[in-house]
Amino acid sequence: MKKLIAIMFAIMPAFAFAAGGGVPLDDMKVDLEDSASMQRGAKYFANYCMGCHSTKFARYNRVARDLGISEELMEENLMFAETRIGNLMEIAMRPEDSKKWFGATPPDLTLVARVRGADWLYTYLRSFYADPSRPYGVNNAVFKDVGMPHVLEGLQGKQVKGTAPVVVGFDPLTGQELSEDKDGVLFLEKEGELNAKEFDKAVADLTNFLVYMAEPMALERQNIGFWVLLFLAIFFIPVYYLNREFWRDIH
Amino acid sequence: MSKLQDFMGWIDDRLPVTVTFEKHMSKYYAPKNFNFWYFFGVFSMLMLANQILTGVWLTMSYTPTAEQAFASVEYIMRDVEMGWLIRYLHSTGATFFFLVVYMHMFRGLMYGSYQKPRELIWIFGMAIYLMLMAEAFMGYVLPWGQMSYWGAQVILSIFGALPVIGPDLVEWVRGDFLLSGITLNRFFALHVIALPLVIVALVILHILALHEVGSNNPDGVDIKKYKDEEGRPLDGVPFHPYYTVHDMVGIVVFLFVFCFVLFFFPEGNGYMLEHANFEEANGLKTPEHIAPVWYFGAFYTILRAITFDIGPINSQLGGVIAMGGAIAILFALPWLDRSPVKSWRYKGWISRINLVVFAIFFVLLTWLGTKPASGLYQILGQIGTLIYFAWFITLPYISANEKTKPVPERV
Repeated sequence: MKKLIAIMFAIMPAFAFAAGGGVPLDDMKVDLEDSASMQRGAKYFANYCMGCHSTKFARYNRVARDLGISEELMEENLMFAETRIGNLMEIAMRPEDSKKWFGATPPDLTLVARVRGADWLYTYLRSFYADPSRPYGVNNAVFKDVGMPHVLEGLQGKQVKGTAPVVVGFDPLTGQELSEDKDGVLFLEKEGELNAKEFDKAVADLTNFLVYMAEPMALERQNIGFWVLLFLAIFFIPVYYLNREFWRDIH
Repeated sequence: MSKLQDFMGWIDDRLPVTVTFEKHMSKYYAPKNFNFWYFFGVFSMLMLANQILTGVWLTMSYTPTAEQAFASVEYIMRDVEMGWLIRYLHSTGATFFFLVVYMHMFRGLMYGSYQKPRELIWIFGMAIYLMLMAEAFMGYVLPWGQMSYWGAQVILSIFGALPVIGPDLVEWVRGDFLLSGITLNRFFALHVIALPLVIVALVILHILALHEVGSNNPDGVDIKKYKDEEGRPLDGVPFHPYYTVHDMVGIVVFLFVFCFVLFFFPEGNGYMLEHANFEEANGLKTPEHIAPVWYFGAFYTILRAITFDIGPINSQLGGVIAMGGAIAILFALPWLDRSPVKSWRYKGWISRINLVVFAIFFVLLTWLGTKPASGLYQILGQIGTLIYFAWFITLPYISANEKTKPVPERV
């Protein structure tokens, strides 16, 4: 376990800083071609997030089509009864109620990846820790005093903030890890259904799905972009020679 | 062929099509020594056309109400066939429009294209730039995201700083006691009808004035001095076909860069589509950092640079005066430059260094506009503001007194 924290911090040089908060973020590699990952992400999203969070600018059938999920499977597993496949992904919870229950209405998550960025989401979802002073018994290292309970606790287990060894570098001669005890480090006290590595993978899948959700046409955009640039590059040749031909006699 | 000629003759007897084409294209003589910098005028026209065309298609699916605006933009991005492409063409187009307009203006500064007899061209150009700023500002409000809302809040508060009439004026512009759907709806009307009409009219005047006196060139030489026996400038070439084929090369290269950004970096790393603007407007939640889109950066920095009261003028009003002055002084440029030569190629070295410094600080001010105004940023912004104004204020003395190089007779 401690080794995992160590690894987590070892990859830290590749971090970015969240706006304002100044908490170093873990690097997350988004892969929009990995349908399997996004499908798993969609499953986690439906099971753990959609109770409170809508993605009301997206439609079920579009998501099903883009992720390679059949409409039947989508209807059975990711949709509530009475919802139709062409509908927007809204939720039944009324904003007035959720405001009362959580102190703030859980935001719509369609575009959250474009607001926060993948690294932020990936780090945020893995940074809940036990804090008895909070209403839901948890706080978050990335988003202080967030109103959201740790819905993934069953998967992750109990994470606490305290003193733990952190890898600070490698011995230049032996290549061995050098670690130091540091304060304010998050570490697992009790493992959940998934081990730490599996949990990171699950959160990465969920983040991948949210990145897709925020800009579902991203792959199509890049694909068309490639052909447009290729066309322009080829079109440049006749245009260039036409111009040269006309200007041949001008000195 | 003769049928076609008959037809054109029939038209020409009723509408001056051929004459107009000859006057402005095939018999409009442009200096043959145009360089890289002379592409940016035509790029600006291209971007104007892009904005109008994509804008028309966007209005087909956009809903200008506070309740629906944000959702309708996402509807365009997701449900409208190729809607994302139209929207990105428009949003990326705005950035590139300003980029090429800034380059076009800098060209004017380098080669003295605003000097006599081209003062009116410069004035019309500045009017276009001013209208473009209003157009872009109102357009940015339309998606009704957090930055749309809070950016508008900040800009409108500028009017509020004016003495006596300020608060009433802001209320009049907003049409409400706070920024609301009413404001959004009127900004939509101005953005899609009023301002585009004004801009197109000004562009026509800009070009008519240009074609009346003829184009300047990198040497600042008057090509009309030496003509052949038929009255054609010896150093000029007909705009069509010479510059139409020439501009085509530039356009293809420009489109390559434009499309590269559009298809691979449509958010422009948060400078073109700000991250916070993907969150719907919320009047109760102020973002921690309100930054304008990059093209307003320089003037936003100047607005924020005045942090102190000057006599009866408080810092807020002082900032507004500084920003207004920074834009207004550009209009006076043709009369501030008293140099006997046009192009900086023949001006003294002080003028040349000054222009480079001015340009560097303008870029710096632009960048600072997207950063919080505190600490070192604040000080740099104030130094930049000082240098911005110093360039204009010292220009009449330096340009009138420095030693210039002789300008060649011919290109």
